[in-house]
Amino acid sequence: MQIIIVGCGNVGRTLTEALSKEGHNITVIEEDSDVVKKVVNRLDVMGIVGNGVSFSILKDAGIETADLMIAVTDSDERNLLSCLIARKAGKCNTIARVRGHEYAKEIGFIKDELGLSMVINPEYALASEAARLLKFPSANKIETFAKGKAELVRMTVSEDSKLCNRSLKDINKEMNLPVLIGMVKRGEDVFIPDGSFILHDKDEISVIGTPRKMIAFFRMMGKPTAGVHSATIVGGGQTCFYLAQMLLSYGINVKIFENDPARCDELAAALPEAVVIEADGTDRNELLEENLAGTESFVVLTGVDEENIMLSLYAATVTRAKRIIRVHRPGYNELIGTLDVGSVLNPRNITAEKILQYVRGMTNSLGSQQIESLYRMYGERVEAIEFVIPAGSPVTGIPLAELKIKKGVLIACINHEGDIIMPTGSSRIQAGDSVIILTTHMGFDEIEDILDRAQ
Amino acid sequence: MNYDAIKYVLLRLIRLMGALLVPPLLVCLYYREWIDAAIFAAVAAVCILIGYVTAIKGKTEGKAFYAREGLVITAFAWIIFSLIGAIPFSLTGSTDNYLDSVFETVSGFTTTGSTIMTDPSVLGHGIQFWRCFTHWVGGMGILVFLLTIMPMTGGYSMHLMRAESPGPTVGKYVPKVKDTAKILYGIYIGITVTETILLMISGLSLYEALCVTFSTVGTGGFGLYPASCGVYSVASRTIITVFMAMCGINFSVYYFLLKRKWKEAWNCDEMRFYLMTIFASALLISWNAMRAGIFDAFGEAFHHSLFTVTSIMTTTGFASIDYNGWPQFSRTLIIILTFVGACAGSTGGGFKISRIVILVKNARNEIHRAIHPKSVHKVNMDGHVVEEDTVRSVSAYLAIYVMVFLISFLLVAFFESISVIDMERFDFETNLTAVAATLNNVGPGLNLVGPAGGFHDFTWASKIVLIFDMLAGRLELMPILILGSRHTWRK
Repeated sequence: MQIIIVGCGNVGRTLTEALSKEGHNITVIEEDSDVVKKVVNRLDVMGIVGNGVSFSILKDAGIETADLMIAVTDSDERNLLSCLIARKAGKCNTIARVRGHEYAKEIGFIKDELGLSMVINPEYALASEAARLLKFPSANKIETFAKGKAELVRMTVSEDSKLCNRSLKDINKEMNLPVLIGMVKRGEDVFIPDGSFILHDKDEISVIGTPRKMIAFFRMMGKPTAGVHSATIVGGGQTCFYLAQMLLSYGINVKIFENDPARCDELAAALPEAVVIEADGTDRNELLEENLAGTESFVVLTGVDEENIMLSLYAATVTRAKRIIRVHRPGYNELIGTLDVGSVLNPRNITAEKILQYVRGMTNSLGSQQIESLYRMYGERVEAIEFVIPAGSPVTGIPLAELKIKKGVLIACINHEGDIIMPTGSSRIQAGDSVIILTTHMGFDEIEDILDRAQ
Repeated sequence: MNYDAIKYVLLRLIRLMGALLVPPLLVCLYYREWIDAAIFAAVAAVCILIGYVTAIKGKTEGKAFYAREGLVITAFAWIIFSLIGAIPFSLTGSTDNYLDSVFETVSGFTTTGSTIMTDPSVLGHGIQFWRCFTHWVGGMGILVFLLTIMPMTGGYSMHLMRAESPGPTVGKYVPKVKDTAKILYGIYIGITVTETILLMISGLSLYEALCVTFSTVGTGGFGLYPASCGVYSVASRTIITVFMAMCGINFSVYYFLLKRKWKEAWNCDEMRFYLMTIFASALLISWNAMRAGIFDAFGEAFHHSLFTVTSIMTTTGFASIDYNGWPQFSRTLIIILTFVGACAGSTGGGFKISRIVILVKNARNEIHRAIHPKSVHKVNMDGHVVEEDTVRSVSAYLAIYVMVFLISFLLVAFFESISVIDMERFDFETNLTAVAATLNNVGPGLNLVGPAGGFHDFTWASKIVLIFDMLAGRLELMPILILGSRHTWRK
């Protein structure tokens, strides 16, 4: 694909590197000529020095033939404007990073009216990632499908789990799971298991189901379900605001530490249900006074990475709460890996990952009318694809048990008029449904590709 | 210094060399020159064998390298190519000794066209084809060719392209180096095929058309006869003139034309300056030669002067007529044009017009600054401001270029005066134009090294100096010069 990336800050660089390694033709537009020089010397991409809002610069970058433009400069307005110009100048899809909280509520409107394909707010993305983790503290990772109606949750099987050392057939017979175990990662191998597959200790399983059934499943597993009941957040920035808003809507008690009295007033006004504490959250005594030991989760979102790490390490000595910290600097990753700091979220990585996911889906769905969304997991070894079923497709109307489906393909769920159906042998796919497929095959274009035609 | 990366690329190049020896081998087979065929086959086989055997062992993933490695690889690539390419000349007995073979091959790959052959028409078809084919290979560049086929991750391959491609700045047409290299070769092959067909229509045989085309599009200048292009018809020579001129233009212009961006194509300052210089010089020389009574008709005078001027400006070095006998003004103009050279990003050599444009504009700015000391000036080209870095490096390039030229000139004069008994033979003009013609990759100079003469009679020491000049000129000094710096080799 021809991709233009406007702005070459941290996110821009991460994206450029990842996308150029995936074989796309990248053109980078950036105002700082030194940055452009550095990128061009290191990666096989084209660099243009200039303002990404300017039509002539965009034209130099080949906007007329580009498939996608990603605007990630540090100015929201500039990102939106260059997307708008790109839309008018070419036929490409556009992605903009918009950070300003004053736009947060209007993102849907902006996206639709300006014809953007995706608008990403790193702070909001980070907050929702944190909220998801707090909802399922035992989940390793959560991805959403069918516009949020289905979830794919990764969790690790432990020795004392009810799932351990049993075949899927037995598990299903005895427990009647409300969700589907779709993938198993054992060591470096990834399987799409059949009924006789036996789960072992330390297997990472991917479970698919609706959010509500997912909670039921976790309850059955005896895991701390529906997450935590209380959260303590240190640092009252914009991310904190988004996170608190989400958590409060789930009915979780939120306590916020913030130093700046003016910001405290704002937060207290906007979040009447939250407990806003005007105190230095990095002060141990203040934390203990507000019952740090009793909180179920501890989220540290101050602006200083080192402070966040230290606070999380300290909290571990006081409480067994689920801990989440935000770390900006990519250079700390390796060091942090050796420390017990809980879950680490990096806003840049989350932003880049979200955009990458979109681009990958776009690459595959380019030329296919049927693919609605696509995720690649486990180092590109598994694809999860959502197909929209056209009328007259050979898979419609036949019970799934009678369809001859390739090995390594699993029909994970069927979205029938908004209802998520966990398929059984007698389920039928109907035209207009959307179907989520897990597969170890790569490059499926249409739903017929799942059929084994050799037999 | 990443020696693994250097080894990796160089071994791939040796394999490529083996493949490049196949076309002359086929020509030998077609003309039933069995001994020559065996020689080409043997050299090719050894190259491919070396390339494969060592490639299996030396499979390194540490292929990251930087500008320094790019320059070193480029220098070595050209030296190795020349040393291997010279072997068939020696084995077939086409030259007196191996040094002469190397001289001829370097002259071929660097698209210089200076020859030590007194009569190339006595050579076998295969070896003659190889001689011209080296021009074609060297014209667009060995490494650029390698880049179209070699799998390279990362942006490091740009360092190779930058080290080999001529001009003060080297840009990509499309985001990927590999695709850019493919576009360049695509245009190059397109021009080659077109010229071959046109020359065949004008009456040349396929073999002859191919050889002449290789020499033209690579802006090399090896001819098949002592009289160079003098033996061809006016129509053929006109075709050659047009294609020489075309190959002296920055190839990005053709890319713009292919993309139907007419305005961008025409916006190239360098090209306009280049075409203007060619026509103005041709008119001046026709007028000068007509007055001296060398030509009877203006048409004939203009035809020959245009051919000569284009040939010199593009650093091809073909001759339609022995211009050694032209009046002094014309000869002087030809020497000056030798130094000007073609456009950046073309297959031509020389100092490059874009550098001259930058230098002249910068000099003009300096004069302005002398009058208004606080005024701010920028150098503009193609509607863009030229970066300070570029202006600075062009100024440095001029200094190095002049130094290399003067030292070579002095050395050649020294070597010739201690070895030649007849003191008058290698006169000032011969030595000066010999160095100028090799450093600028033109080919023929004046007097003894004029279009009718050759480089055969130079001493071996002078030949080595001239070989160095040809390589330094084609690679634009830096890659060859840094080989001599001890900082390059320090770990």
